[in-house]
Amino acid sequence: MKFLVCISNVPDTTTKITFTPDNKEFNKAGVQFVINPWDEYALTRAIELKEAQGSGTVTVLNVGEADTEPNIRKALAIGADDAIRVNAAPKDAYFVAQQIAAIAKEGAYDVILMGKESIDYNGFQVHGMVGELLGIPTVAPAMKLDMSGSTATLEREIEGGKEIVEVAAPFVASCQQPMCEPRIPNMRGIMTARTKPLKVVEPVGEGARTEVAEYALPPKKQGVKLIPAESAGDLIKLLRNEAKVI
Amino acid sequence: MSVLVVVECDNGEVKKSSLEVASYGSQVAQMLGTTATAVAVGVATEANLAQLGEQGISKVLYDAEPRLKDFVNGAYTKLIAAAADKEQAQVIVLANSNIGASVGSRLSVRLKASLATNVVELPKANGSSFTVKRGAFSGKAFADVVLSGDRKIIAVKKNSIEALHEAGKTATVEAFSASLTDADFADAPKQVVMQDQAGGILLPEADKVVSGGRGMKGPENWHLIEDLAKALGAATACSKPVSDVDWRPHHEHVGQTGITVSPNLYSACGISGAIQHLAGVNSSKVIVVINKDPEAPFFKAADYGIVGDVFDVLPKLTQAVKELG
Repeated sequence: MKFLVCISNVPDTTTKITFTPDNKEFNKAGVQFVINPWDEYALTRAIELKEAQGSGTVTVLNVGEADTEPNIRKALAIGADDAIRVNAAPKDAYFVAQQIAAIAKEGAYDVILMGKESIDYNGFQVHGMVGELLGIPTVAPAMKLDMSGSTATLEREIEGGKEIVEVAAPFVASCQQPMCEPRIPNMRGIMTARTKPLKVVEPVGEGARTEVAEYALPPKKQGVKLIPAESAGDLIKLLRNEAKVI
Repeated sequence: MSVLVVVECDNGEVKKSSLEVASYGSQVAQMLGTTATAVAVGVATEANLAQLGEQGISKVLYDAEPRLKDFVNGAYTKLIAAAADKEQAQVIVLANSNIGASVGSRLSVRLKASLATNVVELPKANGSSFTVKRGAFSGKAFADVVLSGDRKIIAVKKNSIEALHEAGKTATVEAFSASLTDADFADAPKQVVMQDQAGGILLPEADKVVSGGRGMKGPENWHLIEDLAKALGAATACSKPVSDVDWRPHHEHVGQTGITVSPNLYSACGISGAIQHLAGVNSSKVIVVINKDPEAPFFKAADYGIVGDVFDVLPKLTQAVKELG
């Protein structure tokens, strides 16, 4: 089984978000980048399934410029066998999906995994686009993934419940918890990651279909109105008469 | 040229988020000087579909094929693509739900459309392109995105658009079929398991949410959360540490890697307000925080707060809600 795991390079979850003076781009200055937390579920589950099968490979794929390589090496340290970086800034979901689809096709990957969405763009789009470009099923978002031979059983979250879905490889799944406990690299992993292959390729396809004109921060809150604990019931009156939400 | 809206139905009824989607679509249609048609998925009754007239929909297409009762990505995509072609839809509007985003992303490739998800406002037209505002950076920012394709797909975030209600207007309901084959049902569910919902309120659809954190000290104390939720007609939720230790099920976890909610009222009880939790709730209209630590970071993001012990404050709040009648 050949697994392809797609990872994004995103600002650490505790980052204070700011933009460049023209508000056109995220301000990267001083920001720590991490593997997108949702993608960690995809990566760890692919490694677990490969280990359970006793054969196969896990390839990690990132669409990004050279500054994403530390996180690609981290994915290799966690247990991926090799990596591919498409040398381009991820312009939009469609642009990224085209890169993934091209590599998945060329490498004849059986299982294409990624996180539900990236915590920066929050598109939740790439999985479906890749499935459609390749003409294969997409299961999104998946909370559970088991493989038996080339057949996968997944739990797909729907609003208010879940569907148990069975699909044959090749397929795409976008992953979320509680699929697995994401692994962290150990010392041996970090040592071996240095020599694992990381191939850099140039982008293909048509380019992006959307463009960000401007970013903005949400309006600031007025400040909290405190109600003394002794007269907690007054809060309910405020919620009805002032905030008008109950 | 027209606008097509995708409405999700459950147990015969149109979901609240889909009433918002229909209202969004009909306002876009008005802007473009055209009409809005809906295509319904899930289990719907004809009477409830006809009522979409109140949200400004003129016609509803519905395929009663039994296998479309549950969500199937392949089949739903084909059905909606066929409806879009039949109606020559230039704009397609869906909910930013698991179903809406799954279908919308496939459709965008099939119909060569520009796609924006997580959209929070009506579009601004600029020649043939649209600019839409969408949530980004896990609720910490917004992005204005330009959709320049001939066709556009917009997935609307829940509770960002007020649903229209023009009493008495009805839509015509038309049988519709997309000649689906077995191959379109490759991802059909073998089984569907619905959650046991306390009070029948679904968290992602809820107007009001009462949420508990580690300050609740243990699952045995959750009746305090549930009592207040029941009195308010709210859904219950929890923070990540709570679902990590299995006090509460994963589907109640709101935050950066859990569910993102945007209710009118979010009440956080015994939750300190880590930035990852705020990411999942900070687009709520009104945030109430109850915490015994006055330094809890959540107070900075709150509209109303009580510095106090949840075990003392929660019963008082429940009582006060009951007294409102």
